[in-house]
Amino acid sequence: MFDDHYLDLDFLDESAMMPVNRRQFLAAAGSGIFLFFTLADWPVIAGEGRPGSAPQGLPADFNAYLKIGEDGRVTCFTGKVEMGQGAITALAQMLADELDVDPETVDMLMGDTDLCPYDMGTFGSRSIRFFGPPLREAGAKGRRVLMELAAERLPAAVESLDTEKGVVFDKTNRQRRISYAQLAQGKKIVRQLTGVVALKKPPAFKSMGKPALRRDAREKVTGQAKYAMDIRVPGMVHAKILRPPAHGAKLREVDLSAAQEVPGVQVIRDGDFIAVLHQYPDVAEKALARVKARFDRQVSGLDDKNIFDHLLKFAPEGNVVGRDGDLQKGIGAAAIILEETYFDGYVAHAAIEPHTALAHVEGNKVTVWASTQAPFLAKGEVANALGIPADRVRVIAPFVGGGFGGKTRNPQAVEAARLAKLSGKPVQVAWSRKEEFFYDSFRPAAVVEINAGITPQGRISFWDYHVYFAGQRGAVQFYDIPHHSVMSHDVIGRGTGGPHPFGTGSWRAPGNNTNTFARESHLDGLAVKAGIDPLAFRLQNLADPKMQRVLKAAAERFGWRPAKLPSGRGYGVACGQDAGTCVATMAEVEVDQGTGHVRVKRLVCAQDMGLAINPEGAALQMEGCLTMGLGYALREHIRFKDGEILDLDFDTYELPRFSWLPKIETVIIDNKEGDPQGGGEPAIITMGAVIANAVYDAIGVRLRQLPLSPESIKAALNKRL
Amino acid sequence: MEENIEFRLNGKPISLKVDGERRLLWVLRTDLGLTGAKYGCGEGHCGACTVLVNEEAVRSCQVAVKDMQGREVVTIEGLAKQGRLQALQEAFVEHDALQCGYCTPGMILTAHALLRANPQPSTSDIVKGMDANLCRCGAHNRIVAAIKSAAGKSKGGL
Repeated sequence: MFDDHYLDLDFLDESAMMPVNRRQFLAAAGSGIFLFFTLADWPVIAGEGRPGSAPQGLPADFNAYLKIGEDGRVTCFTGKVEMGQGAITALAQMLADELDVDPETVDMLMGDTDLCPYDMGTFGSRSIRFFGPPLREAGAKGRRVLMELAAERLPAAVESLDTEKGVVFDKTNRQRRISYAQLAQGKKIVRQLTGVVALKKPPAFKSMGKPALRRDAREKVTGQAKYAMDIRVPGMVHAKILRPPAHGAKLREVDLSAAQEVPGVQVIRDGDFIAVLHQYPDVAEKALARVKARFDRQVSGLDDKNIFDHLLKFAPEGNVVGRDGDLQKGIGAAAIILEETYFDGYVAHAAIEPHTALAHVEGNKVTVWASTQAPFLAKGEVANALGIPADRVRVIAPFVGGGFGGKTRNPQAVEAARLAKLSGKPVQVAWSRKEEFFYDSFRPAAVVEINAGITPQGRISFWDYHVYFAGQRGAVQFYDIPHHSVMSHDVIGRGTGGPHPFGTGSWRAPGNNTNTFARESHLDGLAVKAGIDPLAFRLQNLADPKMQRVLKAAAERFGWRPAKLPSGRGYGVACGQDAGTCVATMAEVEVDQGTGHVRVKRLVCAQDMGLAINPEGAALQMEGCLTMGLGYALREHIRFKDGEILDLDFDTYELPRFSWLPKIETVIIDNKEGDPQGGGEPAIITMGAVIANAVYDAIGVRLRQLPLSPESIKAALNKRL
Repeated sequence: MEENIEFRLNGKPISLKVDGERRLLWVLRTDLGLTGAKYGCGEGHCGACTVLVNEEAVRSCQVAVKDMQGREVVTIEGLAKQGRLQALQEAFVEHDALQCGYCTPGMILTAHALLRANPQPSTSDIVKGMDANLCRCGAHNRIVAAIKSAAGKSKGGL
């Protein structure tokens, strides 16, 4: 039986419920079946994505939809963007299964604020976890609508109908059938999906849970895929903007005359905001070099060496993020106590695509194509900067060339929009690599202090944890410790100002990389004190079966044989939780004691992420996490002095390369009954600790600061001698 | 200092009146509308802008367009013939050897030149040949596997 709770909108005034652009879209969209569904019904989304509060004039109850076209193709409109994480593939799998169509017939229309429903942004490994469930439900409800429409057309009793690959058929006579395409032909049917339907269970999945190759690969291997820098509109110009030499520097005097002499150049000045425009970006860059500017610099005395003292001085009172028992009792029960401090420097996002935007003003409407993880946020930023209502701004995120948290804020979109308004031309702003490093919202430098003890039986009796400025994600410990306290000392919000000499922000699994590095390094320190194999030590201090399972799965694949630390083998283990997923990683490393160089030979990573919608895509994300994590574990950190960023390109800021790559093996725990959890971030969190722990196992030296550069390893070895 | 520059681009002759000192990357992306070659750093560190010049991998952000005079330039747009993917492109698709895809054109064209010079490379040949191309998403191991498979399939994958 069907719940007939959906509302047929054919007889209602749609305009009362839709913003102008939505109504215009429907008018222009031709025939088809348009299915709206309601994210506000999902509290977890409503709480995070604010759809219930009708952001930016969108009606709260019509904020996501599907279209079934006359050709039978299904279009899914979502404010999520595709930046490499593979949502374009997995979301289509989820929708296709519930709607009962071939995933090949699903088109994903992503990241266009005029066409797609409001979305907070693509970050936090949330697309599958939080957007996926309502999308599946929409698919299931949409299927029911199609069966109702078929019941009228055939005609037949709805109860006798079923579906298969985009066709509704009569179970009592399979010759009586009508395709979704036929149902859509020559009609414009708009429905609001409400009520309750059952979602499919794993045995009925046709696409979910099965590996699928990337849907966007063909476009990407042929050069057809468009990124923000590839968008062209007639009459557009490219902008190069005058930048200060250091954060905090103020423009004192400027001479624009030499730049203005370059043929075809337009120089724009609005206070300290100075840009050179030309139809070719390289000519604009040359002209910008002819601008003579003097800046007054600020001398803070801060650099990448003394920043940790500065941060601790600046640290506010902490907030309790986890607490149980009584630390004093735990200290009393401890036979051995270990107190240490861990440090993590600033790390760049360094997506290969820099921040880019093209802004085009037509009449009273501004369209911005931007490399962004958060098109709706960018829309607000642009509207605020121009002082116009948000409904006059349209932001479109084409393919995004890597985000990792760095493309959440969109200053380049604001710059392009301001310049388009000032110049009267469509303007593209594409940051250079140096601008990208200079204005990156770095992963914040952070300090973690841990005091912990173990009983004579090798059980952790207390855990006193303070994290400064990393953020609290991943700070709460998950071991079975009777007396523990976890405090986070941080300032609200990121960005410029506050304790950091430049902007900081979310960096893939924000906070958790630092917290997991500190916690899991300390666990190994305790295992050394206890004289117990580090895997056995973790297992005997864990009550969580999910975490135990991933550790055992990793150990089985790795071929872990227990030994006391340091064994000289160069084996490391670390585990953690992120975005609902449990992850355990094991590493084998080799350390050249002469050069201090660490070679990672092998990585095994096991992950329990509930139902893996696309196991192929999930494995690809795990591999990406482990590979990217090699960077912050071994080399990456930003050097700076007095607001000047010293690493501005890939020559001194080293990303992981082909020659660094170990053998990587991934294990995804078979947990089809579990709700899908995050996949884009979890596996990166263990990389600092697993390599630091393996280095200790190899050479008996404990490094408590990332990255584990050759210099730091040599220094630690020399100190030991 | 505009000059006439003639070369073959993706199999077709072209003639440009352009300042010959301008970098090939920007002439391709703006004047010629071929946006497959990507800007990543502008200094030759990352390889995203790689194109083929007389079958060799060249960083188009580092070469002047006047140096293309009389040469054969191939960009990622010119690799597939009549809509049929070339073996390396096929292998990248089959191995999911990409994520965001921004470095992919440069990876494929660098690999193309590598296979042209060394049709049956070992894994370490591939690693060495690709090492100056950066990928931030971490598709490296799959890229190596894709190049190996393309080499195995069609005598150098070309």
